[in-house]
Amino acid sequence: MREFISKYGLIAVLLALPVFYGVKDLVDDGNLAHLGQNLFQGLSNGSIWALIAVGYTLVYGIIELINFAHGDVFMIGSFVAAGLFGTVGLGLATGVGGLVPGLLLVLVICMATCGALNVMIERVAYRPLRSAPKLAPLITAVGFSFILQNVGLLWVGGSPASVPDLIHAQQDVFTFLGITVQRADLLAIFVTIPLVVAATLFISRSRLGKAMRATAQDPDAARLMGISVDTTISLTFLLGGMLAGAAGLIYALYQTTVWYFQGFQAGLIAFTAAVMGGIGNLRGAVLGGLIIGCIQFISDDRIGPQWTPAIVFAYLVLIMVFRPQGLIGEETREAG
Amino acid sequence: MAARAASFRRGFAFNPSPAVSRALALALAAFAIVYPLLLDPISGLLDDSVVALAYVIMGLGLNVVVGFAGLLDLGYVAFFAIGAFSVGWFMSTFYADANIHVLVSSNVHNLPGIHLNFLLVIVIAAVLCALAGMLIGLPTLRLRGDYIAIVTLAFGEIIRVFAVNGDSVHVFGNGYPLTNGRQGITPVDQLDLPFVKPFTQLDLRPWYWLVLTLVFIVLFVVIRLRDSRLGRAWVAVREDEVAAASMGVPLVKTKLLAYTVGGAIGGVAGAFLAAYLNTVNADQFAFSFSIFVLAMIILGGLGSIWGVVLGAIVLSFINNRLIPDVLNSVPGKLGLDFNLSDLGFGIFGFLLVIVMVLRPEGLLPERRRKLELTEGVGTDDALYEVRA
Repeated sequence: MREFISKYGLIAVLLALPVFYGVKDLVDDGNLAHLGQNLFQGLSNGSIWALIAVGYTLVYGIIELINFAHGDVFMIGSFVAAGLFGTVGLGLATGVGGLVPGLLLVLVICMATCGALNVMIERVAYRPLRSAPKLAPLITAVGFSFILQNVGLLWVGGSPASVPDLIHAQQDVFTFLGITVQRADLLAIFVTIPLVVAATLFISRSRLGKAMRATAQDPDAARLMGISVDTTISLTFLLGGMLAGAAGLIYALYQTTVWYFQGFQAGLIAFTAAVMGGIGNLRGAVLGGLIIGCIQFISDDRIGPQWTPAIVFAYLVLIMVFRPQGLIGEETREAG
Repeated sequence: MAARAASFRRGFAFNPSPAVSRALALALAAFAIVYPLLLDPISGLLDDSVVALAYVIMGLGLNVVVGFAGLLDLGYVAFFAIGAFSVGWFMSTFYADANIHVLVSSNVHNLPGIHLNFLLVIVIAAVLCALAGMLIGLPTLRLRGDYIAIVTLAFGEIIRVFAVNGDSVHVFGNGYPLTNGRQGITPVDQLDLPFVKPFTQLDLRPWYWLVLTLVFIVLFVVIRLRDSRLGRAWVAVREDEVAAASMGVPLVKTKLLAYTVGGAIGGVAGAFLAAYLNTVNADQFAFSFSIFVLAMIILGGLGSIWGVVLGAIVLSFINNRLIPDVLNSVPGKLGLDFNLSDLGFGIFGFLLVIVMVLRPEGLLPERRRKLELTEGVGTDDALYEVRA
């Protein structure tokens, strides 16, 4: 019995919500279109969380720091994107021919800005504390989170600011099996997949990626092997920041509003996603982000958005009970 | 820069003999007792001092979990919430259908609702929070390191969501909602303790002495616990779980007791804060509160009781007094038309970064931890200087 629970309990937990509402839909409507719509929107929204979560998990994997400032780097990415649309000459009337190169340019600038910002934060706030007690950098991360939020507050103001709906996010593109696909969904999916694949390939194939994995496994041994640990850690922060910048741009186009507090909430969700998947594990972070997106949409739609955070976190606790190392995580190296 | 930072770190090396430190502690306690007589009874400074002391209790409680036992708890706000709701439930007209009065003064006697004496409520808050602490601790027992952080964070957020939406949750039937949502439960009963005049918002000195008494009690408990068998077990678990277990330290019991004790102390502080602020509002129970208390104890020196006291006082004064009141008047004095209050939490964040970079082990580090660190810090300083 005990074995059965520990083996299949997790699957039962994960499937509880979708199966319950799937059966309900079958009884009520006779098909699964409603649930399919929830899941699809969850996936497309979850892919933004996935991009942020990858940054969390990369940083955690290499220096075992919960980087609380990461969500706010993402927020700055959104602000940069929103500020650049006008500068680059993108407006509501811009056609597809102008939109694609324009957005690509903004994407590159966002990624570069956030990458640089993240590297700078690491240099100023985390590197001096490398030999300090483990929780000291956590506090400097919180400190930088506050600083960035304040920057955002001064930049845009206290209330959410609207962003021109460049891609006409809510416009339907096609309907498949009763699932309506909107432009925002396509954008989220078609930007996220290549970026995550590129990041995964970079880490698993390239020389620098190998250095990152080696440093994550054992910094001292990596240094002995001639790897410059400081450079490698900076590179990790650069990569994480770039992904956060990309997520910032997608978020601005997807939600068409930006807010100085968005990074805090997104950071919390992304951190949860990273842990759910098994912190330090890239694929786990992506999986966690997608799962959280689905839970959020099902819960928003069926139970009520005011309960959504509680349901997401209840899911997290249950997953931790069944699989203490996260969904596809390995046992982490215990910090001394 | 590095050299100066290093000398700054060592410049605070202060190791008084036991007799001197005892005298120092007595002098500080005496000063703390007479301090409100030097101030106007409703001055803002006294108000901030009362809040600061309540944060000291919070910090001491969290320090048991994070500092002694090494279990990173990011959901400490849960205990603030439960402690505060104990006051909301049992010391107000919130449950108007019930009519329960226990040991309360005549002016509350005719009001509907549940009215218990504050001393009883504090005990209830501590017990409820101890139970909640155990409940939160249970799923984290199998977890390692930072996974504990996210699970505690999750519980904190779940409790916040219930506090915000609790007005639609009726556990004990209609007329008994769990909370009052964003409107908050307000007002709560005036405190009425034996041998003392009823407390009012017009004279803050009794509040101050009450919270100071609580601080002394909690300090006594925490110091005795630290030096007890249980305290040594906590430190052993913190330093090396496997070694501790093989030396016969019962892991489950030790960890759960850390959550229980930490939770109960947080509940006491939460109950006091709710009574003092005269409201139990769901928006108080945000994640940032947990982070704020955590920042206090890490900045003060994790595991070090006097460090935690100092850290809590320093951060709460920076947050409640220095940034809103003192710094705000600076641009005006310099003849600048500039509103510094927009920069409030940016300055707070900046100070956190600066203090942590300059003193990574905290303001008053625990002696055991300092011994561990000095060698490592010394060699690394040399490395950085060569490179810079």
